[in-house]
Amino acid sequence: MKKFLMTVAAAAMMLGAAGAANAADVKACWVYVGPIGDYGWSYQHHQGLEAVKKELGDKVETAYAENVTEADSEKTFERFAREGCNIIFATSFGYMDPVLKVAAKFPDVKFEHATGYKTADNVTTYNAKFHEGRYVIGQIAAKMSKTGVAGYIVSFPIPEVVAGINSFMLGAQSVNPDFKVKIVWVNTWFDPAKEADAAKVLLSQGADITVQHTDSAAPLQQAEAAGALGFGQASDQIKFAPKAQLTAIVDNWAPYYVRRVNDVLNGTWKSQQSWDGMAEGTVSMAAYTNMPEDVAKMAAETAEAIKTGKLTPFGGKITKQDGSVVDAVDDGMILGMNWYVKGIDDQLPQ
Amino acid sequence: MRLEKRPERSNAMAIASPFIAFALTIVTAAIIFTLRGNNPFAALYVYFIEPLTALWSIEQTLVKASPLILIGAGLSVAYRANVWNIGAEGQLTAGAILAGSVPVLFPQWQSPLALLAMIILGVIGGMLWASIPAILRNRFNANEILTSLMLVYVVQLLLDYLVRGPWRDPQGFNFPKTVSFSGWQTLPYLTSGIHAGVVITVLIALALGLVMSRTLKGFEIAVTGQSPRAARFAGFSEKSTVMFCFLLAGGLAGLAGAFEISSVVGQLQPQISPGYGFAAIIVAFLGRLNPIGVIFAGLLLALSYIGGEAVQTALQIPDKITRVIQGILLFYILACDTLINYRIVTSSPVLQKA
Repeated sequence: MKKFLMTVAAAAMMLGAAGAANAADVKACWVYVGPIGDYGWSYQHHQGLEAVKKELGDKVETAYAENVTEADSEKTFERFAREGCNIIFATSFGYMDPVLKVAAKFPDVKFEHATGYKTADNVTTYNAKFHEGRYVIGQIAAKMSKTGVAGYIVSFPIPEVVAGINSFMLGAQSVNPDFKVKIVWVNTWFDPAKEADAAKVLLSQGADITVQHTDSAAPLQQAEAAGALGFGQASDQIKFAPKAQLTAIVDNWAPYYVRRVNDVLNGTWKSQQSWDGMAEGTVSMAAYTNMPEDVAKMAAETAEAIKTGKLTPFGGKITKQDGSVVDAVDDGMILGMNWYVKGIDDQLPQ
Repeated sequence: MRLEKRPERSNAMAIASPFIAFALTIVTAAIIFTLRGNNPFAALYVYFIEPLTALWSIEQTLVKASPLILIGAGLSVAYRANVWNIGAEGQLTAGAILAGSVPVLFPQWQSPLALLAMIILGVIGGMLWASIPAILRNRFNANEILTSLMLVYVVQLLLDYLVRGPWRDPQGFNFPKTVSFSGWQTLPYLTSGIHAGVVITVLIALALGLVMSRTLKGFEIAVTGQSPRAARFAGFSEKSTVMFCFLLAGGLAGLAGAFEISSVVGQLQPQISPGYGFAAIIVAFLGRLNPIGVIFAGLLLALSYIGGEAVQTALQIPDKITRVIQGILLFYILACDTLINYRIVTSSPVLQKA
């Protein structure tokens, strides 16, 4: 027993020594809601961590925790704050209140909360204009669909998701004014079985293209199995559906993460609300595959126009589902969007 | 190879069995860490010892243990009486819903009475939900393992509906959560990390321990579990024992739900528990189905959560390790308990010719 205890003590000292050896200037930590192997949302954030490691090398030490449930996340943030993280990225909406609670306790630690809306002196929010990509895939869907119906699998009726549906529809209508979209709410971000079931239902109801605002590749795999078409979400999912994926909206958090960690290094970090899009490279499109050249060309041109600011998905007058007209949709309206555009045959869950 | 009942069970082994199970778990964990290429001693240190070296992680362990002990204490009484309530997770959720109705429907009500109402409603919610499988068993002889488990999913969907629909925070941009609770709608904190619920939990577990060992009710429960026939001769009603056990375990699970939403979680949302109701089953067995033992078992299981996160952030060992270690622990406890009452015989039974 004594020998065992001594070995444990020695191991502990080794650990301590190891901790001191990689004394980096900044410790950056990530908290993920899903597994880093989801090949979607959490995976892309983890790619951002890898990019930070690569870019900043020895100056930064990183750590992460995956599969952190929202009900249980407060202690994870507290742990990271106590373990000397200087900046903590909280990559799920549900972390909002836990982040604010812990941030109030640790005023010297910087917190970055993805997709939320509450900030503090040491809490920044960041999100991406994913709806820009959805405009592009809306156009592709309208061109490629034979039935003129897309099946859309969605998670929660939050503004980001609603804006995505609207942007997709506006893109589709710019090609085919009569385009239809069928919507299924699955009430989860990551549940491959549920997502796959929803895709099956939609495909059996006349949709021949699937779109999803959930995190797994399951709907795309269903499309592949049914000989239909679909889009990747968050990550390039072509290896899950080599014959079905038309393109994917890729979240590229790397530039943002590198910039923010650098800000901490240089002492220039400030609390802000960041909302980058295609122009900054946070939202990009995967290769255009399984489509004729003219469609790929159109899509690439649209993406380029959005990138350079010539086209904005919510530009111009927008007619709402109820027939009323909005003269100009500003960023605030998109960030709080809770209405559909004309032509969508669904009721927002109230 | 078969199991043969031992003529007599060893009392010493019955007490030693959870310790043996824990030691075997440690050895197995060390093997798993080694196979992954981690230094097993370093990993075990980070997992089981380091969390106990800092005040904040000790506080976290206590807070995490609170719902496990509360639910585990109730379950240990029920299991003693052979009443298999597997649905504590649902009873926790039902308690949280009723308790949460106070701050959601009366956000302006700021008084100690509001907190008291939440706690009482939490207990009632858990009892109501637990009474369903009890009634089904007493009236229709329905298997309570199935009914109590199924009801977990029903009440989770009810919570889901409420936080997405009628109880959604009007200022919350359609996100599925209620308003954040504050002031007297949350539990007072004794230190920066420990809320009042932790103390109440320990008091309740101690009280239950006394009830089980010193009162007629405790004797009645034990007899009903060990020998239903003897219990009937003694005039104990099996039906009332079933109902009592369900109401007790359900009420305590509901109380745990009320504590969680008024402290750690601070609001209602689709998910309010990382599975305390199920983990408490392990706690009940690890604690020898004794409410006092459950206190220690709850602390150990809480440590397995906190340590699992520690090895993840410190050594990048996947978070699944927590579940693996908890599963291995339950396996060894049940195996040890089985081997106390039975022995493994390799020969085939001798058949006697007539």
